[in-house]
Amino acid sequence: MTFPSVIFPAINTLAGNESLFIPDFFVDLNLDQVIDAITERKQEYNLKPFFFTPLHDVEVINYRQDVFRDLENPNVLKAIKTFAEKMAVVRRYLNMIEKLYFEYHKEGWFLEAAIVYCYAIQGLSRDLQGTPIKSKGLADFLAYIESYISSPVFETLQSDSFECKTALSAIQYSVIIKGNWVRVRKYESEIDYSKEVELTFEKFKQGDVKNYRIDLLKTSGMNHVEAQILDCVVKLFPEAFKVLDSFFVNHHDFIPDVILTFDRQIQFYVSYLDFIENFKAKGLKFCYPVVTKEKNLHVHEAFDLALANKRLFDPSAVVTNDFFLSGNERILVVSGPNQGGKTTFARMFGQLHYLSSLGCPVPGSEATLFHFDQIYTHFEKEEDIRNLRGKLQDDLVRIHSILESATPDSIIIMNEIFTSTTLKDAIFLSKEVIQRIIQLDALGVCVTFIDELSKMGEQTVSMVSTVVPENPMQRTFKIIRMPADGLSYAICIAEKHQLTYSLIKERIAQ
Amino acid sequence: MKAYLLFRDRDFNPKAPLPANSAELIHDLELTTLLNTMALGDKFLFDVSKAAILLSLDEIDTILYRQEVMKDCLNNPEVIRELYQIPLEAIERKHQGWLGIFTHTPSGVLSSAVEMMSMFVILLKKLKTIADKNAASFRSEGFNRFFSMIQEELDDEYFDTVEYHLKQLKFRDGVLISAELGKGNEGTNYALRLPNEKNKNWLKEVFSKKSPVYSFTISERDDAGARALGDLKDTGVNAAANALAQATEHIENFLNMLRNELAFYVGCINLKEQLGQIGNPIVFPVPESITKRRHAFQGLYDVCLALTMKQQIVGNDINADNKNLTIITGANQGGKSTFLRSIGLAQLMMQAGMFVPAREFSANLCHGIFTHYRRKEDASMKSGKLDEELTRMSIIVEQIKPDALLLFNESFAATNEREGSEIARQIVSALLERNIKVFFVTHMYEFARIFYEKQMKDAIFLRAERKTGGKRTFRLSEGEPLPTSFGEDVFNNVFKTQNNTKPLTQ
Repeated sequence: MTFPSVIFPAINTLAGNESLFIPDFFVDLNLDQVIDAITERKQEYNLKPFFFTPLHDVEVINYRQDVFRDLENPNVLKAIKTFAEKMAVVRRYLNMIEKLYFEYHKEGWFLEAAIVYCYAIQGLSRDLQGTPIKSKGLADFLAYIESYISSPVFETLQSDSFECKTALSAIQYSVIIKGNWVRVRKYESEIDYSKEVELTFEKFKQGDVKNYRIDLLKTSGMNHVEAQILDCVVKLFPEAFKVLDSFFVNHHDFIPDVILTFDRQIQFYVSYLDFIENFKAKGLKFCYPVVTKEKNLHVHEAFDLALANKRLFDPSAVVTNDFFLSGNERILVVSGPNQGGKTTFARMFGQLHYLSSLGCPVPGSEATLFHFDQIYTHFEKEEDIRNLRGKLQDDLVRIHSILESATPDSIIIMNEIFTSTTLKDAIFLSKEVIQRIIQLDALGVCVTFIDELSKMGEQTVSMVSTVVPENPMQRTFKIIRMPADGLSYAICIAEKHQLTYSLIKERIAQ
Repeated sequence: MKAYLLFRDRDFNPKAPLPANSAELIHDLELTTLLNTMALGDKFLFDVSKAAILLSLDEIDTILYRQEVMKDCLNNPEVIRELYQIPLEAIERKHQGWLGIFTHTPSGVLSSAVEMMSMFVILLKKLKTIADKNAASFRSEGFNRFFSMIQEELDDEYFDTVEYHLKQLKFRDGVLISAELGKGNEGTNYALRLPNEKNKNWLKEVFSKKSPVYSFTISERDDAGARALGDLKDTGVNAAANALAQATEHIENFLNMLRNELAFYVGCINLKEQLGQIGNPIVFPVPESITKRRHAFQGLYDVCLALTMKQQIVGNDINADNKNLTIITGANQGGKSTFLRSIGLAQLMMQAGMFVPAREFSANLCHGIFTHYRRKEDASMKSGKLDEELTRMSIIVEQIKPDALLLFNESFAATNEREGSEIARQIVSALLERNIKVFFVTHMYEFARIFYEKQMKDAIFLRAERKTGGKRTFRLSEGEPLPTSFGEDVFNNVFKTQNNTKPLTQ
């Protein structure tokens, strides 16, 4: 009974393949925000290394895409989530036992952990029965689970825990407290006095009132008084506790390693699907990209995932954008009015590629993306206290080093470079840089205010952020293949307040 | 137990959100003057009266219910004031006795609730006494229900039961708590039990097997143990403490509700007494359904003006039945604003179930009362004056619904008359099509003329009267709009003494 890994197809890639370091371009592309948001509620699984490790093998990308597709079946996803929730409880109980003092307290929680674990395994097997699992990753794991469930070791665990719990749950006792003196005896059918009190005063009931029931913060735990009471209960009902003793001795370390590993790795998928579900609910689309070595790209209805996440509770719609590169086209040169979504577009380009390299579905209704070897970004920093010459020099050093290490398979994303130098310098430097990217034959996006850059040859494509024609103050956040333009109109004052005859009639419903 | 003195079947909530335009209403109708008279310096009476007046009713049935209760109140002012003292006494005693529910531990909740309840029992007995003594002299459905409820619910046997529990809940013989084993063998499902020997209904089972008893004692010096034991006891009494504390809160709420509802009527008694001293008449209005168009009155006067001047005021007699639009033109200081205010105030008072300042009054109910008054120069100067007026108008359009009442006072005159009239025309025409009842005080002859020439069946034109020689009567009568509005008179009048005044006419 072995099973390699649900995120790496071959067993030898399981170890040593999780990067602990955040890639250089993460912050520029706001991917740090995206990954933080994805992993935020899943800290206990330590998922970030999976998201820091791009894949360089299309076969592994496909292996993961297949698992994602299976998990998009709501029944499969629900089964996995239910399993994960139960396993989290099991872990919590077992960790807690380490810190407990009283023997029957420990044994009691050990029993709970085992009970929840049995439910988790059985539930997973039952819930996945009959679901159309196609991925190799999940199919292999399911086969493992089936053989494990029918093994004697699991069967005994289950029957013993059930017997034990039944005996303990049947116990009913009473405590009488008077001053320091505590008596414990079996329960003798005394009536519920709280209900009696409630009934007496029922006639005054009106509306909602405060809840005076104090939340006594009775989380799990047992003090010495409760332990003494439990000792008395043990004396009142000795048989039940004998059964518990033998359960504790017979079933230590009941979780196999394969289950532990799966429980963590499957969360890579679950966390990502949960995250993108928020956007799907708002009508945004995701797709499985075709990842190719061809430099012809095609993306439809994509968006910046980090921005969409910030605007999650914003009623306004997230603007989607399309782009393509065909023939010899290599570089998207994005210009147009400020605050029009240019930087967002550049980030989106990078995010789509990076996410595709993790084997994840990407924002958009359709995507053909490039199978890159490396992503390089250069984003102008907003503030820099050093003098401009020093800054220009730093910029050039950085761009130079990018151009040195980039290959024809790399992606280079530049955002507003050389904005703080003179226009003449900026044009000259930018042209030089673009020319070198063209020669390298790498793919790129260049956000700039310099129109000339879009006319440097068949490799460059001009895209422009656009405005509403009637009101140039209003941005559309659509980035379109075309040169820039804009117009403005004035509006009459009553119309501005929507107070004309017909507008008022519209506004006051009948 | 419910007071139900303002509504037949529900509580009155003086904290309910007021209509969004309340600040405008209070300002434009000078409602504060009315409320101050009702309150006589008592902030609570002020707030309750304000809420009751602004939270307009739109059902005839509820208005008549209140009118009946109101008549009982006006006939028995002393009993009402005595009843009103009971909730006040509860507040006073709670204050003096440092009573209240102390919510740190269930035992604390329990003992403080026992004390509170003991105090309330005294007041409830008082309430019962008042009911027994005075029920016969009240006629309204509201008070009949209220007094018989008190007499039925709070009989002597009930007071006995309550006192038995208040004693038992001190647990002189120890606390009995049942439990089961939960997860981790931790005790769970703790429930407070009444020992069988204390239960009157307990049938002793002949063959009941007695359980063995195991016991232990916590050492005097074991503070942690004592705390743990206290916690356990707390767990046991939590539900009962909650039930009793909630009961005290319910009684407190009942008394507060009684205070809220009586406060409104006490305010109305105050108002009636004040108006009576000045010698101004009041009458219970006849409300008509919201879909009808009725506005007919005799001697309708501005109650705020009367209270400010402390003198009898000449009212107006108008019949504007079947009219949706009333345009008021005429002399400056001829009583146009006063008249418009009297319309708004009477409508609010009628829809609160109050009497109104008139000899006779009948009007249809409205779905919300709105005011759009010309304001002094915008202090911030951020937007032009017309812009500011249109902004306010737009907010009204946002809130208003068909069958509302909208009072305009000199609106949209911040631009030249032609433009202002056109804007006003479009706005008023649209409002009329949406069945909104409009009163429009205006200087804009052009605007008034447009509607006058339409000869609409549902429009009426009123004019501030002006006797020959420029003397004003402050009374309005039906009449077609005239091209000048005598602003010059006022100008000349004022300009004689004040040199810094500019002509108002455009």
